[in-house]
Amino acid sequence: MARRHFEIRTQPGFGLVALFTFAILYLPIAVLVVYAFNASESVTVWGGFSVKWFAEAWNNSAVQDAAWRSLVIAVFAAVIATFAATMAAIATTRTAPYPGQGFQYAFINQPLMVPEIVTAVALLIVFSRLKVWTGYSGLGWLILAHTAFCIPFAYLPIRARLEGMDLTLERAAADLYATPWQAFRRVTLPLLRPGIIAGFMLAFVISLDDVVITEFVKSGGQDTLPTYMLGQIRRTVTPEVNAIATAFLALSIILVTGFFLINRRKT
Amino acid sequence: MPESAGASEKRVAIEARGIVKTFGQGANALRALDNVSIVIRENEFFTLLGPSGCGKTTLLRLIAGFEYPTEGAILLYGEDIAGLPPFKRPVNTVFQSYALFPHLTVAENVAFGLQMLGRSKAEIDARVSEVLALVRMQELAARRTDQISGGQAQRVALARALAPSPKVLLLDEPLSALDYKLRKEMQIELKRMQAETGITFVFVTHDQEEALTMSDRIAVMSKGRVLQIGSPWDIYDKPADRFVADFIGETNFLSAIVLGVADGVAKVRLTSGAEISATLAEGGVAEGEATVVVRPEHARAVKDGGQIAGVVENVVYFGTDTHIHVRLDDGEMFIVRQQNSRTQSCGFEVGDRAGVEIDADAAQVLKD
Ligand SMILES: Nc1ncnc2c1ncn2[C@@H]1O[C@H](COP(=O)(O)OP(=O)(O)OP(=O)(O)O)[C@@H](O)[C@H]1O
Ligand SMILES: [Mg+2]
Repeated sequence: MARRHFEIRTQPGFGLVALFTFAILYLPIAVLVVYAFNASESVTVWGGFSVKWFAEAWNNSAVQDAAWRSLVIAVFAAVIATFAATMAAIATTRTAPYPGQGFQYAFINQPLMVPEIVTAVALLIVFSRLKVWTGYSGLGWLILAHTAFCIPFAYLPIRARLEGMDLTLERAAADLYATPWQAFRRVTLPLLRPGIIAGFMLAFVISLDDVVITEFVKSGGQDTLPTYMLGQIRRTVTPEVNAIATAFLALSIILVTGFFLINRRKT
Repeated sequence: MPESAGASEKRVAIEARGIVKTFGQGANALRALDNVSIVIRENEFFTLLGPSGCGKTTLLRLIAGFEYPTEGAILLYGEDIAGLPPFKRPVNTVFQSYALFPHLTVAENVAFGLQMLGRSKAEIDARVSEVLALVRMQELAARRTDQISGGQAQRVALARALAPSPKVLLLDEPLSALDYKLRKEMQIELKRMQAETGITFVFVTHDQEEALTMSDRIAVMSKGRVLQIGSPWDIYDKPADRFVADFIGETNFLSAIVLGVADGVAKVRLTSGAEISATLAEGGVAEGEATVVVRPEHARAVKDGGQIAGVVENVVYFGTDTHIHVRLDDGEMFIVRQQNSRTQSCGFEVGDRAGVEIDADAAQVLKD
């Protein structure tokens, strides 16, 4: 006795649209990956299979340098952003609704709305001043900038997790003689872990991927992997960039899968 | 209200004095509790009974410390506990939704309170198995709490709240999620546990039958007010007002005129002209128009005579007894409950004329 109701999958044209969307999404990436294994210099003409571009990129000290910098920035920025986002999420959900709460959500998520280029220019102006005043022009500024735009990304999954979590659990902990700190440590935090991990992952990937803000904020010689690739493409396009991008892709797939598996085992 | 002498000798465990709790402000303000005063004694099985939304959970939360009263004071063994946060109150709660920690096992849930109190590992282990045995959950000690049934979850919640040996246990409709049979079993188990542990139970329910069978005393609540406090017997047989009489069991309301009161017994004239004597509720109407209640089992349908009479409108067979609905001559409905016998029918059919004979001492004059 099947009840008939609207089923989008059976609408005419649905399959076609879905196919087209997947093609747009993944075909260019597939092409990029394939040409990373091209033996010739060209990114358009196939010259046989080879991994020489991977070897070349691996041994290129500029690539090594940029990759290491990307990683350092992403780790620091993601850790700090996740920490800040966790506190913000707890502060905005674990209380009775209060006036100005909606405004506060908007304020925390605001970096998602502001065009990245605006943030980039603003940071450029402020940081260039600060670099002169403080005399410090190290990686700290990039980490700071990345932390700032990573916070809303880390905040969203953590808040979602907290909102799905019954406040009565913390009440129950308090009822069983747990101080507020103990209740947080023993109940809130363990239950929040999947949200925190998701938030961290998102922040990490967003930081790793950033071009615009990094391009504006970095000092000389502070290329990250994406800005290095951008610089390369401006000069000559070689499959080396494809190889780097492919390695990048592999890394993020491994990361996401890894975190997913860890998460699933824990809960 | 009559109290047995033994009960009043016991120490007062919890006292609520003139509690008012308002939610919201201005035009939206809601008085969830309106001048509630209750005294609960040590070892008592005290029940808060009332329909959904009458403020039962709110009162428990005030005692547990999750909310603070707008007005009034709560005393635990004579001491005002206004300043104590929940984790410093020697009171444990069985939550309406159980609120078991989903990331911990059954045993870890039960151990939680003892760990927070800083007890030794050996002591915790011993107490956990003792309490799990009490609720008959030893076999499932290592299970995760999302892998047990509703009835089991309920028993774990109970064990978790009992483990730290609180002075007072607050139970918020702990049985409402269970099916009828399991509920009956758990009612008996709860009574057994209360007797074995000697802990004061404050039990919340909206099920009047559950309240009557389990409680030492009951507070009937409606719309944030306490309407009557008394033993199950008091509440059932001597309801103070219309709401209590109507909420607890089935009852008949008769309009009457109180002619006078002597020695606490009122002389009442019914609309049929018959005069009967009736007990007087505390604050009951002492003169003039009043409402009188009679329980269906305290009256009999008779062929001739009776203080009131009418026409049989319905006969409903219930196995153990039969309900005879009589439309009285003044238009009111009166239900009589008669025990069935194996050999005889009740003797009435729809359309028959019937008299109603009200037992002596069966009627009570209400407040309103
Ligand atoms: N935090 C709150 N904010 C606003 N109103 C509330 C709050 N908590 C309870 N109320 C209101 O107070 C009244 C009493 O609620 P309470 O939860 O005490 O009822 P209850 O007797 O436990 O009902 P139930 O049997 O359905 O559990 C209800 O009208 C409810 O809507
Ligand atoms: Mg409730």
